[in-house]
Amino acid sequence: MEKQNKPIIEIKNVSYRYEKEDVLENINLTIQEGVFLGIVGPNGSGKSTLLKLVLGLLKLQKGEIQLFGQDIYRFKDWHHIGFVSQKANSFNTGFPATVYEVVSSGLTKKLGLFKFMKKEDHHKVTKAIESVDLLAFKDKNIGELSGGQQQRVFIARALVSDPKLMILDEPTVGVDAQNVQSFYGMLDKLNKQLGISLLLVTHDIGAISDKITHVACLNKHLHFHGKTEEFEELKKNDMSAIYGHDIQILTHDHEHHYHHHGGTV
Amino acid sequence: MISNILQYEFLQNAFLTGIIIGIIAPLIGVFIVVRRLSLIADALSHVTLAGIAASLLLEKKFLLFSGLNPMYMGMVFSVTGSLFIEKLRTVYKHYQELAIPIILSGGIGLGAIFISLADGFNTDLFSYLFGSVSAVSRLDLWTILVISILVIVLIILLYKELFLLSFDEEHAKASGIAAKSVHFIFIIMVALVIAASMRIVGILLVSSLMTLPVAASIRIAKGFKQTIFYSVLFGETSVLGGLMLSYHLDLAPGGTIVIIAVFILILTILLKKMAVKTSLASHQK
Repeated sequence: MEKQNKPIIEIKNVSYRYEKEDVLENINLTIQEGVFLGIVGPNGSGKSTLLKLVLGLLKLQKGEIQLFGQDIYRFKDWHHIGFVSQKANSFNTGFPATVYEVVSSGLTKKLGLFKFMKKEDHHKVTKAIESVDLLAFKDKNIGELSGGQQQRVFIARALVSDPKLMILDEPTVGVDAQNVQSFYGMLDKLNKQLGISLLLVTHDIGAISDKITHVACLNKHLHFHGKTEEFEELKKNDMSAIYGHDIQILTHDHEHHYHHHGGTV
Repeated sequence: MISNILQYEFLQNAFLTGIIIGIIAPLIGVFIVVRRLSLIADALSHVTLAGIAASLLLEKKFLLFSGLNPMYMGMVFSVTGSLFIEKLRTVYKHYQELAIPIILSGGIGLGAIFISLADGFNTDLFSYLFGSVSAVSRLDLWTILVISILVIVLIILLYKELFLLSFDEEHAKASGIAAKSVHFIFIIMVALVIAASMRIVGILLVSSLMTLPVAASIRIAKGFKQTIFYSVLFGETSVLGGLMLSYHLDLAPGGTIVIIAVFILILTILLKKMAVKTSLASHQK
């Protein structure tokens, strides 16, 4: 199943600073097709900055980024990349739109101006809703769904334009603990069955360590990048090998989450 | 009543215009309400008033302007006002709602000055404020028809973009949609619909025809398209009912239309409450 030959994201020597503070220093990271990569790091570790750079929402200051083998400044196929942000809390939950209508809106850019949805587009929408297990809710107003279900609607909205890569920024914020596992299970399915590469930013690696194939630990520098098993192995032996001198702040954060969720998995 | 409509041209004009604005005011109103821009309609209607007052003043002072339909000047003011609101929203990035009171008071201020320069109120102005059945000319009807067709076609063509912009502005921008241009077209449509609707409902009540039917519709509709459908249905019911009542009882049509819309709103709120109660009760069984 693993097609680890084509890099979809190549980040080379990327540094970024806001005014006086360095947020990212000399990041080198190559992400292969088909992976389910978890990027972990504490608050302020530069995770979101890295995401914004990859999505082209921030301008590169130093280094280069290639998407699907193309320089980011020349990259045009943005519909290959689906983005799901920490949405659950930030949209107007009273908005009178059905799940179906919200998911359809994911096709807006791909269809283009003055174009209407055709039969196959409707088929795509239904399929996307089906793959997030919400078919029974397709005619419900989005406000009637739970936080976790709403987040799945946004995944379906990203799915509908056939992305090759999906980037998720802390998608479980606002999702209640019980549903987090089934949410991650669904992501796993997208990765394994539909072959969509996933890049997930989280500070909660414990809850997802059995699903992701790769881990990248970020805290200004890239401290670790490799297969999840290697990460677990390293972590058992010596946390400091992963984070070096940053250990004091980080161990606590990670261990805490790990044990907490480790018990329930 | 029907025979009167067939007989008198002014009644035909009023009813046909009413039927048209009963569609477009709630139609554009749906987008205004879900984008939480309801007050923009109020601001723009007051700017439209300034335009109408200016036109009436010019008509009085200069013979040259005597043939000019005040609605045109109202439209020019309304569209200009909408552009100012957009400009102000970018100037006050963190206080975007501030643009609305600035434009609203500016509109009233200008209107008051023009009215006083024209030596005060006259019946013509009164009909612009509260709407009138008898004041709609055939030319008004044609103008309103053209504007309405334009607005409806634009909304159909830009429906996807308008929906995404309304639901999730950030995502619309991130996915590379020409969000600015779509919003710009939208706000100009709002300005035009306001100027077109004021002949029947009156300046002071235009915004309610755009918001009340939508407020009622949101209570009961499933989905966005259904919200649009019920909004237009409620808007149309209010306009037609209001026009008939006001004709028979010799009331200002604007007021009658709006009060019917308020009744529909109350009714939907009550119905929804009852529906929730009965569904709860059936669940308990």
